[in-house]
Amino acid sequence: MADCARKGRTRDSMDKSITLPPDEIFRNLENAKRFAIDIGGSLTKLAYYSTVQHKVAKVRSFDHTAKETEGDPLYEISVQEEITARLHFIKFENTYIETCLDFIKDHLVNTETKVIKATGGGAYKFKELIEKKLRLKVDKEDEMTCLIKGCNFVLRNIPHEAFVYAKHADSEFRFQNTHPDIFPYLLINIGSGVSIVKVESEDKFERIGGSSIGGGTFWGLGALLTKTKRFDELLQLASRGQHSSVDMLVKDIYGGAYSSLGLTGDLIASSFGKSATTDKEFSKEDMAKSLLHMISNDIGQLACLYARLHNLSRVYFGGFFIRGHPVTMHTITYSINFFTKGEVQALFLRHEGYLGAIGAFLKGAEEDNPNQYSWGENYAGSSGLMSVSPDLNPMQRARSGTFDMLEMDRLERQLVNLPLLQDPSSYVPDTVDLTEDALAREYWLSCFEDALDGVVKRAVASQPDLPQAAERAEKFRQKYLHKLQTLRHQPFAYGSLTVRSLLDTREHCLNEFNFPDPYSKVKQKENDVALKYFQKVVMSLEKLSWEQRQFALVKGLLAGNVFDWGAKAISDVLESDPEFGFEEAKRQLQGKNKNLTTTRYFCSFTFIYLGPPHKCALFFVDNSGIDIILGVFPFVRELLCRGTEVVLASNSGPALNDVTNSELQILTERIAAMDSVIQTALKEDKLTLVQSGSSSPCLDLSRLDKALATVVLERHTDLVVIEGMGRAIHTNYYAMLNCESLKLAVIKNSWLAERLGGKIFSVVFKYEVGRWWSVTL
Amino acid sequence: MKQKDYHCENGGATKTELEEAREREATASPASGSSMMTSAGRASSSNARRTAEPPVKSRPPFPWFGLDIGGTLVKLVYFEPKDITAEEEQEEVENLKSIRKYLTSNVAYGSTGIRDVHLELKELTLCGRTGNLHFIRFPTQDMHAFLQMVRQKHFSSLHTTLCATGGGAYKFEPDFRMMANLQLLKLDELDCLVRGILYIDSVKSNGPSECYYFENPSDPEHCIQKPYRLENPYPLLLVNIGSGVSILAVYSEDNYRRVTGTSLGGGTFLGLCCLLTGCSTFEEALDMASRGESTRVDKLVRDIYGGDYERFGLPGWAVASSFGNMMCKAKQESVSKEDLARATLVTITNNIGSITRMCALNENIERVVFVGNFLRVNTLSMKLLAYAMEYWSKGQLKALFLQHEGYFGAVGALLELLNPST
Repeated sequence: MADCARKGRTRDSMDKSITLPPDEIFRNLENAKRFAIDIGGSLTKLAYYSTVQHKVAKVRSFDHTAKETEGDPLYEISVQEEITARLHFIKFENTYIETCLDFIKDHLVNTETKVIKATGGGAYKFKELIEKKLRLKVDKEDEMTCLIKGCNFVLRNIPHEAFVYAKHADSEFRFQNTHPDIFPYLLINIGSGVSIVKVESEDKFERIGGSSIGGGTFWGLGALLTKTKRFDELLQLASRGQHSSVDMLVKDIYGGAYSSLGLTGDLIASSFGKSATTDKEFSKEDMAKSLLHMISNDIGQLACLYARLHNLSRVYFGGFFIRGHPVTMHTITYSINFFTKGEVQALFLRHEGYLGAIGAFLKGAEEDNPNQYSWGENYAGSSGLMSVSPDLNPMQRARSGTFDMLEMDRLERQLVNLPLLQDPSSYVPDTVDLTEDALAREYWLSCFEDALDGVVKRAVASQPDLPQAAERAEKFRQKYLHKLQTLRHQPFAYGSLTVRSLLDTREHCLNEFNFPDPYSKVKQKENDVALKYFQKVVMSLEKLSWEQRQFALVKGLLAGNVFDWGAKAISDVLESDPEFGFEEAKRQLQGKNKNLTTTRYFCSFTFIYLGPPHKCALFFVDNSGIDIILGVFPFVRELLCRGTEVVLASNSGPALNDVTNSELQILTERIAAMDSVIQTALKEDKLTLVQSGSSSPCLDLSRLDKALATVVLERHTDLVVIEGMGRAIHTNYYAMLNCESLKLAVIKNSWLAERLGGKIFSVVFKYEVGRWWSVTL
Repeated sequence: MKQKDYHCENGGATKTELEEAREREATASPASGSSMMTSAGRASSSNARRTAEPPVKSRPPFPWFGLDIGGTLVKLVYFEPKDITAEEEQEEVENLKSIRKYLTSNVAYGSTGIRDVHLELKELTLCGRTGNLHFIRFPTQDMHAFLQMVRQKHFSSLHTTLCATGGGAYKFEPDFRMMANLQLLKLDELDCLVRGILYIDSVKSNGPSECYYFENPSDPEHCIQKPYRLENPYPLLLVNIGSGVSILAVYSEDNYRRVTGTSLGGGTFLGLCCLLTGCSTFEEALDMASRGESTRVDKLVRDIYGGDYERFGLPGWAVASSFGNMMCKAKQESVSKEDLARATLVTITNNIGSITRMCALNENIERVVFVGNFLRVNTLSMKLLAYAMEYWSKGQLKALFLQHEGYFGAVGALLELLNPST
């Protein structure tokens, strides 16, 4: 497998033949500043900060004091340029360093930059070259400090950064939930030697031990024993070998197990023990395998001894010995399991190779205080785990060259947990992990692929006046298609594969090609139409008895949620039948949910009303148009009438036809103008609009706008309503909250409906009472 | 010990004669031994079960052997009674005499069997009898040659059971039965090890000390071996370095626990040396190591940082990566076989030291006793261990060594033979 990767390349000399595709690897160089570089034994990692100018859709309310004319839109949409911050990390082989430095020099516009932070063993070796080429002063940073800083950064900002490796499981990579408090942990860095570092806080860490038997021992001793020069080749040899011909096993001494101590016969009693007592020749493969086991076991054992001594259970492994090599991840995992009997899990990091570069960058950017922001991985610009692993995907490697990238966007807001989560450390937003569920993975990947034409069409249509919309949309199609293909082969590329990550990746790719809000016009039109019906709907509700009204409100809420352009089944209907309306949707639901409507859902819903009114309800809203205006607002109105304060949480940025915070501001004003209840509530601060901090059709309750969390606490929120497939089914279906919660959605996907044991347009209406009430129920 | 060397035909005693001889031997034993084991009376009960009938009399008939069959070496201890009366001598069967003569008049057996004369314990009183304890070893590879000899010496006519420990007691049990008509009494190796150490230490309390340590291990000029009194030794960490390594925490004579072990042991040192240098014996490997320089093979902290890595208190001379320089082709060509042997020794020794130190910390034990045949004639490793313990623990840990390095398991097996409770 490694052959194709090796072909025609000489490792020891500089390779200048490569031509770098402009704009694809070192992106956004024109605004780049704050460079950092981490040069290891074979790979160079470059980091820089840049600003990205991209288009965003803005909405602006018209002046409605003037007399309205029929047919005037409610608000105006404009596309504006916005500048956001992005971190770029690029990893490439040392052989390309000169070419890369030349490329950077040629494309660098910003001349304020005077220094480049450098770390890693090669920083010294390449110091002159860097200074000559880039005319930047090389400023060396301590390797370990950079490593830890980088590690803290990825653990804090990238959900699913850490994973457990299980060779024989259905999915080899099992991503871990990042504990809200990442400290303390143990980092075992296996470079040429081994360093064992205990990290207690952002600034407090200590090298508590180490070992000289590390990657360099495997490489050096392996080279002597097998006459093989390259590390990768040694690993290849090892993966084909049989260690039992070289090692003396317990059964070689005992004839079987040493059962009184529980040592099985296959356990290694003495590494290389057989080569001491037999004169026969050993194969290179067998010796390499024996060596790999010897070193992995030894490191694993020391790691366990240190973990026990310092009472730490989170142990991360990194360094070139581990980096993207399933062989070593497996042997280390095996060793840790053996020595701790499963008490400690070996954890690996998805961006382990970048830690040094990230840390060096952060050192250089301290004055910008990057740690005060939250950052998010940009799926469009990042290569994903093992994108260039020769073990896994030789074709991929040949195609993408040897460049691996990570891009992180600075988020406008700091993201925190929803304070009402019952157990933040075990909260998993996603309902189904597609990395583990092959059937579901196959379905959703195909589903997203099938829907791609429609998304492209919508994107082009959203920008009739902007240049190259068709070309950009086509580029978007290629990029997203490529991502989907990658995920078919490497479902673990961006952490756990979920419907949410597929949706988010699509949003990132759309943004990448300047389609910030393809649904802006659809949303505008639908909002306009729905507003016209608002008063009518409210009036008809007022006429009903209390009981009938509650039922009608639920029905309305659910019917509104049918209007979802994210669901292919619905978008097809809406596309072909523009007359499909609110009443039609209600009829559809009625038909599909005959036996449910009056009994179970209604009962649980009225239960909400049995106790005293809630202090405050937090409502995560979904679609624009009928959903928010005719479904959600009447419901909110009823809550307000009962004396419950309401916090409406909507997306910070656009995603599909979901209502954004800025759109909701305008809508609420308009509704307030028509409705005194809403008007008063706004005035008296009983109705509050907050942004979720997200731009996703799904919802991660562990990454919400800090301001939202503050409001939730201040208002003593005791009811949470989560609406829609993306937020209540694909995510949060199993989320446990400390207070009452209501999760509701209409299943607008027949495959999913069938999986959940229902039909398309079935209703999910999940009412839970939280921790404190569960006893009384 | 190669097979051909065992061909010392002895006049074939008939089966009935042999049985008679055994009877006589048994009845001739003096019944005086009220305290069966003079100094080893504290030997604890063991889990080991006798697989053969217990001897009729409380003191077993001669010959008295203890056998420890390890992965690489077989260790044999033999008690040679020196208080044999003329009457006894006359009654002694030919076979028994011939075995005694063969073992005590030679220091080498075949080409690989060796008696460690310097370890012999003279005038030892054991089970009411006085005599010398001999220490013999040969490679486990030659086990079958040994069994041939045992058969030819008609060992089975003297004894029905032989106390044996080590993994080989299990592995070779069928061979003992089939080839030599001998029933093995299999004993747990760690039980035997602990018991053997405590016994040898106790019998030597008056003579030259069994236990010793190194004073000033960091200073080659002034590093000297000093006797150590292992009084009140508990708790102690016992590190047995054979082919592999076992680490035990010993809290009292019958309360111990195997804490952990590592597969990087004596077998690894020799195995890697054989592959790297083409040598074939432990002595050869050690000799090469004594003449080599490991710093040419290993990458030191100063090779990376130019000096100490002060941020983490790592001295420049510390090894950062064992064999780390061998990643580079040019450096591979500049090292000698001696350098490679030395680097292997240092790597394995330091690693054992490092794991030991962590275990000592986890178990909260300050005294460490290193035993096992890896340390035989291996002052280099002992001094390295002594130094490593002292340096990395900042003087908290003391490394102790024992004269009879690898023979404690075999001694423990012998004691079990004499233990009346089994």
